[in-house]
Amino acid sequence: MDQSTIDAHGLSADEYQRLLEILGREPTITELGIFSVMWSEHCSYKSSRLHLRRLPTEGARVVQGPGENAGAVDIGDGLIAVFKIESHNHPSFIEPYQGAATGVGGIIRDIFTMGARPIALLNSLRFGALDDPATRRLVDGVVAGIAGYGNSIGIPTVGGEIAFEPSYAGNPLVNVFCLGVAKADQLAKGLASGTGNPVYYVGAKTGRDGIHGATMASAEFDGHSADKRPAVQVGDPFMEKLLLEACLEVMQTGALVGIQDMGAAGLTCSTSEMAARGDVGIEIDVSRVPQREAGMTPYEIMLSESQERMLLIARRGREAEVEQVFEKWDLHAVRIGEVTGDGRLRVRDRGVVVAEIPNRQLADGAPLYDRPTERPAYLTEVQQLDVTALPAPADLSQTWLDLLGAPVIASKRWVYRQYDHMVRTNTLVLPGLGAGVVRIKGTSRALTFSVDGNGRYCYLDPGEGGRLAVAEAARNVACAGAVPIGATNCLNFGNPERPEIMWQFAHTVDGIAEACRALEIPITGGNVSLYNETDGQAIYPTPVLGVVGLLEDATRVLTRMFPADSLEIVLLGEAAGELGGSEYLKVAHGLVRGRPAAVDLDRERALQRLLVDAARDGLLRSAHDCAEGGFAVTLAECSVESGGVGARVELPAPAGPDDRFALVRALFGEAPSRVVVSALPEERDRLLARARAFSVPASVIGHTGGERLTISVAGAVVAAIGLDEAEQAWDNGLTRHFETAVA
Amino acid sequence: MKFAVVEFPGSNCDHDAYYAAKHVLGQQAEFIWHKDTDLRGADVVVLPGGFSYGDYLRTGAIARFSPIMARVREFADAGGPVIGICNGFQVLLEAGLLEGALLSNRRLKFLCQHVHVRVEQSDTPFTCGAAVGQVLKLPIAHGEGNYHADPETVAALEANRQVIFRYCAADGSASDAANPNGSLAAIAGVCNAGRNVVGLMPHPERACESVLGSTDGLVVLESVVSALAATGAA
Repeated sequence: MDQSTIDAHGLSADEYQRLLEILGREPTITELGIFSVMWSEHCSYKSSRLHLRRLPTEGARVVQGPGENAGAVDIGDGLIAVFKIESHNHPSFIEPYQGAATGVGGIIRDIFTMGARPIALLNSLRFGALDDPATRRLVDGVVAGIAGYGNSIGIPTVGGEIAFEPSYAGNPLVNVFCLGVAKADQLAKGLASGTGNPVYYVGAKTGRDGIHGATMASAEFDGHSADKRPAVQVGDPFMEKLLLEACLEVMQTGALVGIQDMGAAGLTCSTSEMAARGDVGIEIDVSRVPQREAGMTPYEIMLSESQERMLLIARRGREAEVEQVFEKWDLHAVRIGEVTGDGRLRVRDRGVVVAEIPNRQLADGAPLYDRPTERPAYLTEVQQLDVTALPAPADLSQTWLDLLGAPVIASKRWVYRQYDHMVRTNTLVLPGLGAGVVRIKGTSRALTFSVDGNGRYCYLDPGEGGRLAVAEAARNVACAGAVPIGATNCLNFGNPERPEIMWQFAHTVDGIAEACRALEIPITGGNVSLYNETDGQAIYPTPVLGVVGLLEDATRVLTRMFPADSLEIVLLGEAAGELGGSEYLKVAHGLVRGRPAAVDLDRERALQRLLVDAARDGLLRSAHDCAEGGFAVTLAECSVESGGVGARVELPAPAGPDDRFALVRALFGEAPSRVVVSALPEERDRLLARARAFSVPASVIGHTGGERLTISVAGAVVAAIGLDEAEQAWDNGLTRHFETAVA
Repeated sequence: MKFAVVEFPGSNCDHDAYYAAKHVLGQQAEFIWHKDTDLRGADVVVLPGGFSYGDYLRTGAIARFSPIMARVREFADAGGPVIGICNGFQVLLEAGLLEGALLSNRRLKFLCQHVHVRVEQSDTPFTCGAAVGQVLKLPIAHGEGNYHADPETVAALEANRQVIFRYCAADGSASDAANPNGSLAAIAGVCNAGRNVVGLMPHPERACESVLGSTDGLVVLESVVSALAATGAA
């Protein structure tokens, strides 16, 4: 095999040597292709695997941890929730609509592959600055792509987050979360077993699209990235809808041994992984694979990433049952091979062997790297924050409005109203009002979800950023009244071959692991996306946590909105916030500096338990976490939305340095473990007593009512805005970048 | 009373209509596969929302050729109540059971949100329980709901009182801002000349329980139950 061909497949000299040892001979071109995709970063996690082992993956509710197509947790009543988050960053930059759409399609397949009916989608998006027209084009395409796929297939998109930062200009992040529900005894697995059992292919025909998609996702971008467009797949949500229904139906027959979707690395990955999990061999003939175009080579068929395709292992003798279900849905299950006992992945083309690889060594023998790490040089510099040289805001009320209109904080209505968030009639909390909440029909329960991550915090302090991401996602779920029971993570980073990126990665994973342990939230799976760099500029290190919560009594669900006048407003947690990494610093001064406030995980856990406990007993009327923009923005978010009610609050004199920024810290400083709740006056004392029992600081700071939002500190009004102006700023902050008034 | 919910490949609100009929209203409900050729004694037929055949061609353009549609047409011709919701409305238009067409929303974006519609006529089986002028808060979720027809057709529909639902503000007043998709004359739903076939873009089946934000859709489904009870059916 000549060197240029090996190089073109992204295999290092060591990796190629390893391949030669496994085969004991030179590879065929098909074999080289198979090794290159299976050993790509995207499929093998060769840079990250070592670190991911530190994440806690076990818990009383965990039914399926990492290693399958998705994780699963017990949610009672004999049901399990199956969920995972995955990235489709690289394709979405190259072709935003199809990149995002196929990201949605891929994660949905991972869920129904497990035998679960998908019931909720969420997404976490990052783009460059909004004043760049190229960013707006990307946002428009990505949102339309997510909508186009999710809406068509009929799974509600019930929540998510979106943020804008120049570091993502050349590498937008598109992370999609999906959750499904299955009966506990009907969990399907991506496993092959039983020598002689038939291997079926079903779904879309195989084309040349997406060849080497996994390899693309394992390299940096440069000025020629747009040339990689043929490596982006095209989605067909209608085909996926048919596959979803047909696969769930065929699983009911009991005629299946295993099932797996063909995602990254297509037929190669699905055959190899299924055989490896069952410790068997598998043999297929690519000439039997339905093909979209003429003259495809075995290499192309094995590496194609055409969407909406599934691989099934049926029980021998029960083929007719399987075929019958697919015929009903106008799909055609095609037998392309069988399970063997020799442990080999054997690929034939019209009977002639074109690849034969010892499968276990292909799947499990992938390289594992302990890449060097080094503390990034930039950290010392950016962690310094000296506010003495900065102008203090002249008008805190105006700053308040400016923050409400910042795209990161402002209403995301322009985005979520493009998503069908109500289909399946389970959505108890509409997008924008808090964590996503869907009921489980036939039970008293609901599931809640939040996807969160703050790249800015992670850039300034990777370890703390990891801890904060877990704490925030779990806190959001607890604010809805639910117990966080499991998590999935998507780790978006730059080039792991650079020691400073690897340092960010290692420290972030440590932070996530520490927080998950402290909050007792197991990670049941996830995804790593590396090489998010363009021309040597990496994105902010961005872990996105998807936390799932269980609400025992769906009628107790809480949202962020103050529901009525004359409620007591109570701040849970400490009043103080920090300016490091804050949205205030970015909006008012254009700075990303300092260190984010550290999370005390014991306090965080106590706060979350208090929220769940108080919500269950009906002591709360609303709950909203203090996040970007600090206390003042949180307070306003409890009011903005048509029909919202105002509030008047009094904060204690700020602790901390008595400088020109003391009030700014009190209003706009950011810190974890703080939640603004409202309660009926007659429940106030019970709530305060409950907070004491959980050792959570709680102070009554005001009451709801009126048409204004007013904050006093130590007896003097320091900021006051009308609800109408607050709502206008918040409502237009994002929308104004995309919509011009239509007469 | 038995609701038949027709399932086309790509229907995705079929389970929602079924749930509303069976579990909220407590009526019988049955899925009818699009390849079936029998409505199995149904008293009312629901063509649900979704993306039949992916809606890659015009919305509803392929579904109208499904075998079951011949039976639906016979059922409608015999005066049986038929409701098409969202994609079901689009299918009824393509099938010629209702008049007009649905274009892309005027801002070309898919829209999912609660809107208000005014009940314009109460002499159909799906509005007989409502008062003329009653305002309903119902969700929409569509990319192609912009009702259009030639001026003669619209004039005839108006003259024959076949416009059944019109987008409006919460207080019932008409305004361009209250028209989410640019529909001609703010038309959200129409009926046929026989008044037994109704199509609408909003989703009454998504507004049948208070936990979902509105119960205003109930009147649509309850109307047909009482209308049939009055005629002695089932």
